[in-house]
Amino acid sequence: MIMHELINYETLRVLWWGLLGVLLIAFALTDGFDMGVGALLPFVAKTDLERRVVINTVGPVWEGNQVWFILGGGAIFAAWPPLYAVAFSGLYLAMFMILAALIVRPVAFKYRSKREDPKWRTRWDWALFAGGAVPALLFGVAVGNVLLGVPFRLTQDLLSIYEGGMIMKLVGLLRPFALLAGVVSFSMLLMHGAAWLTLKTEGLVQQRARSIGVKAGMIAAAGYALAGLWLAVGVDGYSFVNEVALDGPSNPLFNEVAREGSWLSAYAERPWIALAPIMGFVGIALAVLGLKAGREVSTLLWSKMGILGIVSSVGLTMFPFILPSSIDPTSSLTVWDASSSHLTLFVMLICTAIFLPLILMYTAWVYRVLWGKVTEEDVNENAETLY
Amino acid sequence: MEIGLVELSRLQFGMTALYHFLFVPLTLGLSILVAIMETVYVMTNRPIWRQMTKFWGTLFGINFVLGVATGITMEFQFGMNWSYYSHYVGDIFGAPLAMEGLMAFFMEATFVGLFFFGWDKLSKVGHLVITWLVAIGSNFSALWILIANGWMANPVGAEFNPETMRMEMTSFFEVVFNEVAQAKFVHTVSAGYVTASLFVLGVSAFYLLKGRHTDLARRSIAVASAFGLASALSVVVLGDESGYSASQTQKMKLASIEAMWETEAAPASFTLVGLPNMEDRETHYAIHIPWVMGLIGTRSFDTEIAGINELVAENEGRVRMGIIAYDALMEIREARAAGEEIPSQAKFRFEQNSDDLGYAFLLKRYVEDPRDATEAQIAQAADDTIPYVPTLFWAFRIMVGLGMSFILITAYFFWRTSFRRMTYPKWSLYAAVGFIPLPWIAAEMGWLVAEVGRQPWTVDGMLPTALSASYLTVGDLLFTLFGFALFYTVLFVIEVKLMIKYIKIGPTQDVDSTIAWQERHVGRLSTRRNQSPLAEPAE
Repeated sequence: MIMHELINYETLRVLWWGLLGVLLIAFALTDGFDMGVGALLPFVAKTDLERRVVINTVGPVWEGNQVWFILGGGAIFAAWPPLYAVAFSGLYLAMFMILAALIVRPVAFKYRSKREDPKWRTRWDWALFAGGAVPALLFGVAVGNVLLGVPFRLTQDLLSIYEGGMIMKLVGLLRPFALLAGVVSFSMLLMHGAAWLTLKTEGLVQQRARSIGVKAGMIAAAGYALAGLWLAVGVDGYSFVNEVALDGPSNPLFNEVAREGSWLSAYAERPWIALAPIMGFVGIALAVLGLKAGREVSTLLWSKMGILGIVSSVGLTMFPFILPSSIDPTSSLTVWDASSSHLTLFVMLICTAIFLPLILMYTAWVYRVLWGKVTEEDVNENAETLY
Repeated sequence: MEIGLVELSRLQFGMTALYHFLFVPLTLGLSILVAIMETVYVMTNRPIWRQMTKFWGTLFGINFVLGVATGITMEFQFGMNWSYYSHYVGDIFGAPLAMEGLMAFFMEATFVGLFFFGWDKLSKVGHLVITWLVAIGSNFSALWILIANGWMANPVGAEFNPETMRMEMTSFFEVVFNEVAQAKFVHTVSAGYVTASLFVLGVSAFYLLKGRHTDLARRSIAVASAFGLASALSVVVLGDESGYSASQTQKMKLASIEAMWETEAAPASFTLVGLPNMEDRETHYAIHIPWVMGLIGTRSFDTEIAGINELVAENEGRVRMGIIAYDALMEIREARAAGEEIPSQAKFRFEQNSDDLGYAFLLKRYVEDPRDATEAQIAQAADDTIPYVPTLFWAFRIMVGLGMSFILITAYFFWRTSFRRMTYPKWSLYAAVGFIPLPWIAAEMGWLVAEVGRQPWTVDGMLPTALSASYLTVGDLLFTLFGFALFYTVLFVIEVKLMIKYIKIGPTQDVDSTIAWQERHVGRLSTRRNQSPLAEPAE
């Protein structure tokens, strides 16, 4: 196979860095509103009928949405194996809690309305709440920790050793900056869920969702601004010490890294990336205004733009770093030394170029088929078959 | 690294994987059976077939969701618990997992929502297409997972790169068309089809015994027995294909399954039953059938199958070669670290012996640097290449015995359906109900054979299991192990209860339209001589 030489290693690495971003953003945009809706459920819907309306707005689509997460995992494994190996074993207990939440959520969707018993249903409603709220919070906490640096080092055999015992693996993650990042992601997805419910429901449920969504959006924007400020004054960035071979072998130990300067110096080097935070703020602002005014389609789109801006700003700020190490900076994983081989990146790029457009097409078609509001009459008419 | 950690990691992976596979086979098979039923509905326009589609679809949904939920754990567990494995082979192993998401899982998960909620929103044919896409998606999903799993048993299309300290892909084509993976795929999905067929058969038999929903039940039996028989035959044929493959790539697995300690003159005999003993390296009270093993394993009369003791002696040689490779690798690494040119002689020695590098890693259990290993340790490492024979021997025999019984029961029902006017004696209906759990037992035994048989390796001959785990504490593992066990037990109880509840309720959708249609067409539908579906027991 010489075909893969068609695209050079360096370009492939940047493309896969971008694709990783695309997958994570797609996850945040689609499963993001599912999680937001789950977290909103007990507060926007009081009666069983209302709750069923809310649940059925995401009922037919959450399963497909969740695959962005699974595909994200698969893509990290295939394109960034060191990241897959270090991140999930390092953030072990946080990952376990996310998995627990994501396991309980599908079951709750499916089983909640299979029995009449109100106790049974209330229990599953809280499971849906946890299944949405816990990951929404923890994903942000994880991103915050990545910006702060994660305490791992690589041995000469490239075995990843994570510092800290069991308690530290969980409590150690809850550093103030990371908690702030968690608040940002949680409130951002709450707003997104509210925007979705504005589009898909009517009446009392919609009103409640809009009023919570406005507050959540404002908290998200304020938290995001505060986090930016914090990065400017309170968090060190990372940089390479040696000249880096952009197409060198994927061995993080070959490149020396120092913890110095600021993450935000990226904005001086590449001013255009300021577009991302601007999109973040503008998107949230317009989404909040839209929620207040009760606009439906545009609000959801603005909310999406806000999330796109916020998530991509993290990646663009850190580039080329992916997972910096706080205890041994040289172990840090970067775009230039933590990827798969040239051949694997090429093969997977071809496969993605074929299948990703197909996925987008049929997903869009499914959403079109399901277009329209879910009403209380719908639920009453199909009481047996709906969630 | 502590031994306890590796054992606990294995326990956790084994537990969550076996649990996941309680739901997967039914998803694989029931998706296809439901699609077949809906196809009949679209072709004949008879509402009873739509009713069947929706009824079995409901049971499919209860099961499907747990398959999805427990599959999430599998996707991330490699990184969580098998971090070094993920680093070492992620370049190859990650690709089929990503492909599974891209090509299969997205399809099944995106369309499954429309399968349940799209009946009024889509045309008849439109909905049928959705159902088939869900079925195809599920089955493709299995394809990519088994390509990944097959690669662990037969690591083709890859080589070790000293610079990155991992294996890297040299040919995607070889990884995908790995013969072990292809045989495993057909074997596994066929097992899923058998599971679903016997499930449908058993539940339908229950209805016939109760005299309820007989129209639905008899049609379901017709579909399930035909599909089940074809699948049961396919499982055995492709299982045999796997056996043949094993003799080429995983000789030790084959010898251990057969508890064949010494190499015999060709063609080797097959041990029907016996008590294999790891310490004496002997199978006590063995009953042999001459020739059979040699014929299955080699498809010839004159090719020898190597016995365990011979393979251990071979492996001892490979451990020694592995030490040479390891020594050369260290020399290369030191030169790289010092910024010197890599000595060509070290490079040559490495390339000559790199296939055996994994065997040197077996020594890491006993000594920090394999080059310091004593003779006793080398012999010990070679002995470690024997998997635990009694488990393999018995798991394999239970699986095969059950597989044969599935052929018998599906063939019997197929015969009654085709030539005895769909009448089934009472004893056979009781038998069908009793058979419901058996395919699951067979499938789980199959996984035990495949995975225990690959020990002590995660990737055959390349990476020992003992080195593959994450650097975690025993406390971490106990916490998540306990968490998963608790969580999974609760979910399992809920699932089974709901399943039983919905089976007891029976079909509830489209009941009126089906009855109305039946009444309008009563003349065409009545069975000859108005036979009851419950025939008298055979005299």
